[in-house]
Amino acid sequence: MTLLVNPQDWLFGLTGGLMIGAAAALLLLGNGRIMGASGILGNVLTGTGPRIRHEDLPFLLGLIGAPMLAVLVWGAPDSHVSGDLPLLALAGVLVGMGTRLANGCTSGHGVCGMSRFSTRSILATAVYLFAGMLTFFVARHLIGGL
Amino acid sequence: MRSVIAGAAGALFGLGLLVSGMTDTAKVQGWLDVTGTWDPTLAFVLGGAILPMLLAWQVAARRPRALSGTPIPPMPKQVIDGRLLGGSALFGAGWALAGFCPGPALAALGWSGTGGLVFGLAMAGGMIAVNALPALKTRAA
Repeated sequence: MTLLVNPQDWLFGLTGGLMIGAAAALLLLGNGRIMGASGILGNVLTGTGPRIRHEDLPFLLGLIGAPMLAVLVWGAPDSHVSGDLPLLALAGVLVGMGTRLANGCTSGHGVCGMSRFSTRSILATAVYLFAGMLTFFVARHLIGGL
Repeated sequence: MRSVIAGAAGALFGLGLLVSGMTDTAKVQGWLDVTGTWDPTLAFVLGGAILPMLLAWQVAARRPRALSGTPIPPMPKQVIDGRLLGGSALFGAGWALAGFCPGPALAALGWSGTGGLVFGLAMAGGMIAVNALPALKTRAA
């Protein structure tokens, strides 16, 4: 393993992370809601939550719209999205199904659940991290794709 | 008021994802590439995000309700089942293939081109499928 040392990226990561955590804290203490991206999107798409909440649309609007505005002002960073559309479609379906089955993703389980020491969330995070690392190893280093 | 708070939280979340670099799929895949060139940035993002939430849960523990009057969500029943573990494994696999999890995929939806749109639509389809297939239908959380 080679460690990629880029302290400037780490600083941006920490700063962005603090913003993400502050957003989650605002939603929890303001609205009594867990800031899970997959949970809120799933709720809007299927109405499966305990009740349909009218505030989920403004949340998604902010989440999608604010970065768009920032990109308009400061220019788009490179997202390095794969050009392999069938692969992206497969990945999207896996992420969509997996996060709904597990009731959470990186924000819901990783940030909100782990910070309240929920065993479910800690286990879910361990499993998707391990599955992600294993899948990436197989796809890039064994098969040579990605 | 609830909608204003939700919109502000969504915007701050999206900007945080942008600043953190997590809308760059190569950085996320670099985090997963533990046997190759490992990029530890995601640990700083996750650590940074957990810090304010550790504090928020402490505050929440002393208050039965949020500002809007909604009760603070109780700790979920700690059911460890195939649904949680299998779902997380599927999620991790898709995360690795694209370098997107749901939050960054939404934050990049408007500007990352056709690939970002295809991923977002497929993700929405996967979520709807779980709800539509009786064998997979989401239990009330």
